Amino acid sequence: MTPGLQLGADGRLRHLLTIEGLPRRVLRELLDKAETYADARRGDDKKNLALHGKTVVNLFFEASTRTRTTFELAAKRLSADVLNLQVAASSTSKGETLLDTLKTLEAMQVDLFVVRHEASGAAHFFAEHAAPDVAILNAGDGRHAHPTQALLDMFTIRRHHPDFSRLRVAIVGDVLHSRVARSDIHALRTLGAAEIRVVAPRPLIPSGIEAMGVKVFNQLDAGIAGVDVIILLRLQKERMVGAFLPSTGEFHRDFGLTRARLAKLSKDVMIMHPGPINRGVEIEGDVAYGDARSVILEQVEHGIAVRMAVMETILASRA
Amino acid sequence: MSSVLIKNVRLLDPAAGSDTIGCIGLRDGAIDYRGKRPPAAKYDEVIEAKGLWLMPGAVDLCARLREPGHTAKATMKRESPAALAAGITALCMPPDTQPVIDNAAIVNRVNRIAKAAGGAYVYMLGALTQGLAGAALAEMSALKQAGCVGVSNGLAPIGSTLLARRALEYAASLGLTVHVVPLDPSLANGGCAHEGPVATRLGLPAIPVAAEAVAMRVWISLVEDTGARVHFGRLSSARGVGLLKTAQARGLPVTADVAAHQLFMTADDVDGFNAMAHVMPPLRAAEDREALREAVAEGAIAAICSDHQPHEADAKINPFPLTEPGISALETLLPLCLRLVHEKLLTPLQMAERLSQGPAEILGLAAASLAKGAASAVVLIDPLKPWTLQTTSLRSAGCNTPFAGCEFKGLAVRSWSGQR
Repeated sequence: MTPGLQLGADGRLRHLLTIEGLPRRVLRELLDKAETYADARRGDDKKNLALHGKTVVNLFFEASTRTRTTFELAAKRLSADVLNLQVAASSTSKGETLLDTLKTLEAMQVDLFVVRHEASGAAHFFAEHAAPDVAILNAGDGRHAHPTQALLDMFTIRRHHPDFSRLRVAIVGDVLHSRVARSDIHALRTLGAAEIRVVAPRPLIPSGIEAMGVKVFNQLDAGIAGVDVIILLRLQKERMVGAFLPSTGEFHRDFGLTRARLAKLSKDVMIMHPGPINRGVEIEGDVAYGDARSVILEQVEHGIAVRMAVMETILASRA
Repeated sequence: MSSVLIKNVRLLDPAAGSDTIGCIGLRDGAIDYRGKRPPAAKYDEVIEAKGLWLMPGAVDLCARLREPGHTAKATMKRESPAALAAGITALCMPPDTQPVIDNAAIVNRVNRIAKAAGGAYVYMLGALTQGLAGAALAEMSALKQAGCVGVSNGLAPIGSTLLARRALEYAASLGLTVHVVPLDPSLANGGCAHEGPVATRLGLPAIPVAAEAVAMRVWISLVEDTGARVHFGRLSSARGVGLLKTAQARGLPVTADVAAHQLFMTADDVDGFNAMAHVMPPLRAAEDREALREAVAEGAIAAICSDHQPHEADAKINPFPLTEPGISALETLLPLCLRLVHEKLLTPLQMAERLSQGPAEILGLAAASLAKGAASAVVLIDPLKPWTLQTTSLRSAGCNTPFAGCEFKGLAVRSWSGQR
């Protein structure tokens, strides 16, 4: 990774582009800060003036409702002014380059860009070219990284398992195309998880992933035996069927988390999913929201607190 | 052209297989004297060249000059003289200009532009299929008559293996070598980096080694059927090298080149989303680089080329997968090859072979020679001069190089094109 791009000379987080290379201290500080925001209840006054007067732009080149909404809510709870821009890929092909888009918006005195783009490396690109007083927060770049998702996953796991050193985690599904999987792997390693597994049929396992410190399993039952946490990944049905997998039905039979499979697992196992779920594909619908072991809705809730913590941290480093 | 006498220079003459110290005279585009001692005849200029090397100019098997069609990236007026100054006295353009070099009129047009530009002599490969569309054979006979030294479909896919076979038969009947960049398009699948740990960690769409190996196996099978001459350009992998050597050992008429950067860089250089290391075929693993080096040393890979692809700055200012592949490489070809000599992978004479004789033979040109009477397409090299690559000092219009700021030892100090 480009040294010094995310972390300033003082060790403070200036952008959040990827979990890779961040010291454990930084991750812990972000998670600890998120704790201070996490327990807001319905009816409470949730506003905080930390980003009062700051301008945040959600610059999304890829369709997203959930992620963008949680970023928007996080920024608003910190009293920032928020602008949502959904840029269709086609409009950048009309002659304006990505750099032009960035520079044009920068000229409007934006303090923080939350960026999502289909190309791996897009967030690094923005961080390399942004003005020194502009922060970049990666909301997902291609298959590369989705650091706030990884942080909220770690936050959720930590609430149930404060000690990572004995933690065994299985990441199941389309690892090949998943930025969530990559960021979770970096985060789990940095926080010292005992074992990280990736579980999927061979076409969905990227070559050389063992170098990231994971064990590869091609069978679900062996892959999830004895783990404390199962992170399911969303299967993009449209591009999978035929090209990578024979059918979603066959995937569900072999890799879907069903009631029958769940019955064989420990009663303490955590079931996670970044959403949105494909009911009846990677997970049985009533498992996702009906089983006590599923923490999928906790993840959504924690997403806001974690994103508030990240936004506050990277903007505070520039104060 | 004024006459020049170069005294006490180390003469690297691949055609004669000799590496000696001597004097050489250049007059009217030809070598008019070669001997141990200086001649009696008068020369306009005398260069005392003790410690310097003289070799036939490099023949670059693949350099894109971006003209016609992509003049926002570069022009021949800029690139051809840049090539010559860098010690490349002749180069070969692939047919993927705009319009494509698929008919005699375009060949003539390119020749006119090249002649006006001066600098390195420009050879061309004609298109194997019309418009490089991979659907219908181009008029190869007309292309040959117009002066094309081979045919190629560049990086564009060929519609079917049957068409590829017929193209080989047709080219073979004309005595034309088919230049192939072996990359199976469906396995390459729009990828931008070598399939391996770096691409996996960065989430970059990956190109497996099999993309090269599969394409080579298919072409080699067709060579077995047809006896046609095939040149594999820009090899990138150890498996590709293995297939090449096996085919050569069986006596098949196949040759290969490698881009100089492939002998120094690996997929690790892509880390940090370094768009300057985005090339096609991609930089591969360290063991691939070692196999390529070994094949260059042995001569199985007979030529080292620049694979020059100058770009405007914008082409590399994008997230990695959206950047255009390629390096502006004319001015690092000879310095990188000198590095191979300094690293003792090649002798100076072997370097001259891989840069001039090897590629000249692949193009069917007269052997590069320093004999009296030969064309004075030669380059004078200071093999030890230290210098640092500054993109602002490049003669090429393209500043896209991963070697910016790198220190080199040795470069071309003067070149003569040998054109009258």
